[in-house]
Amino acid sequence: MRTLRQPAYVFPPLIFPIALLAVNSAGLQASTRLPGFPSGTFLPFALPVCFMQGALFATMNAGTDLARDIQTGFLNRLALTPMRAPALIAGHLAGVTTMGFLQACFYLAVGLSAGSGLDTGPGGAVVLLALATLIAAGFGAVGAFLALRTGSAESVQGFFPLLFVGLFISSMNAPRNLMAVTWFRDVATGNPVSYLLEGVRSLIIEGWNGEALLLAFGVSLVIMVASLVAASAALRVRLTRT
Amino acid sequence: MRAYVRSFVSVALGVAWRTLHNVFTTPSLLIPSILFPLFFFTAFAGGLAQVSRLPGFDFPSGYTAFQFVFVLLQSAAFQGVFIGFSIARDFEYGFARRLFIAAPHRGGLVAGYALASLGRWAFTISVLTVVALLSHMRVGGGGVDLAALYSLGLVLNMAALFWAAGIAMRFRTMQAGPLMQLPVFLILFFAPVYVPLSLLRGWLHAVAVVNPITRLLEAGRGLLDGHPTEVGLAFAAAFGLVALFSLWAVRGLRSAEAAGG
Repeated sequence: MRTLRQPAYVFPPLIFPIALLAVNSAGLQASTRLPGFPSGTFLPFALPVCFMQGALFATMNAGTDLARDIQTGFLNRLALTPMRAPALIAGHLAGVTTMGFLQACFYLAVGLSAGSGLDTGPGGAVVLLALATLIAAGFGAVGAFLALRTGSAESVQGFFPLLFVGLFISSMNAPRNLMAVTWFRDVATGNPVSYLLEGVRSLIIEGWNGEALLLAFGVSLVIMVASLVAASAALRVRLTRT
Repeated sequence: MRAYVRSFVSVALGVAWRTLHNVFTTPSLLIPSILFPLFFFTAFAGGLAQVSRLPGFDFPSGYTAFQFVFVLLQSAAFQGVFIGFSIARDFEYGFARRLFIAAPHRGGLVAGYALASLGRWAFTISVLTVVALLSHMRVGGGGVDLAALYSLGLVLNMAALFWAAGIAMRFRTMQAGPLMQLPVFLILFFAPVYVPLSLLRGWLHAVAVVNPITRLLEAGRGLLDGHPTEVGLAFAAAFGLVALFSLWAVRGLRSAEAAGG
């Protein structure tokens, strides 16, 4: 509810990825003429990036809110109640996940109405929304960890460029097999974001690709579980301090 | 007249020094402003190099140099916008009110912020140039060509600063940040960022043709490659933006003065 009450937190995560989608899909349309490019137009290739950017925005906003709760002493007051630590993280994640789901519905609707197909059909749309929501939850857990570890909204915001880089140095703008610069291809191959993107992308332009989906769901789950464990530990330390 | 000039310069230098001191002693302000252009350069030059194999892509210096010009112009524009954030912060925290009282010639305030913007961009572009050269960027242009290329960036830096200053002095709050940033981001990306203008198609081509940034990009790429094209037109477009947005900034200053800082 707190996120929904702040238009500055709702609209940029919706508008910015769509604006970038419009610019990139028009600007990089020529690259679809490269031999081996997996789609005839750049729009369906670029659409998965929106889901990642949306998750990133939601994460930073939610992480900032949690950090603000720490800075303003609200967490200290919560600590005096019978609240259980996992409930706090679960509540926090529920908000991020809901936002992630709503954003994913929006991006998918915009993408389809702009002419992007969905090779896996309605079933693929359901899987895509599930994957996008899981990605948002995973990134949300990262945001919660950052907030609980640093306790500073400014520090959480400071991590934004780092996460943004993770998105840019991936298979965001080109398939890995077509990347001409070897070191970039290697970094993109080691970057988990590439597998998240490729999982979503497979549903849109390839049809059912079990390996890509397994990797995407697996990477999302690992990110979420690892971040939840780290966030729980950070929360325990913070509640001890208070 | 000499006293006027002396006090104008004194105000400008004071504001510039304070702004630059803030930037260079605050890692959270300095680091992102250097990292962002570097990331864009790495992501575009590294991740999209295969685009240079497209039929019709003719840029002998290679894709790294092709993208360097865009990132140079982008960093110039955004360093101006970042100084706009500093101006908004000065207003929000009440420091600008004190500046207004202390400065006999308030035009010197804008000149000071402009100097700070130049200083900030000079630092960023030095780092970016070193990184580009270390990554074996090919440079076809000579000294004069390169001086013209960096001058184009400098003029764009001023234009973006005046745009952001006009917004900052009208709204006088950090919440106006997206209003400073988003139009600059859009005008930059509505240009031939990834491929030359001749390879763009559809609505983006139509927009890019009338976008003044396209002239700067095409001329800048020609200069770096050693085949200058439309340089006069590019400088005319850049100075046109400076003229337009300096008026915008001066009117913003008057608006802030009327509101009492």
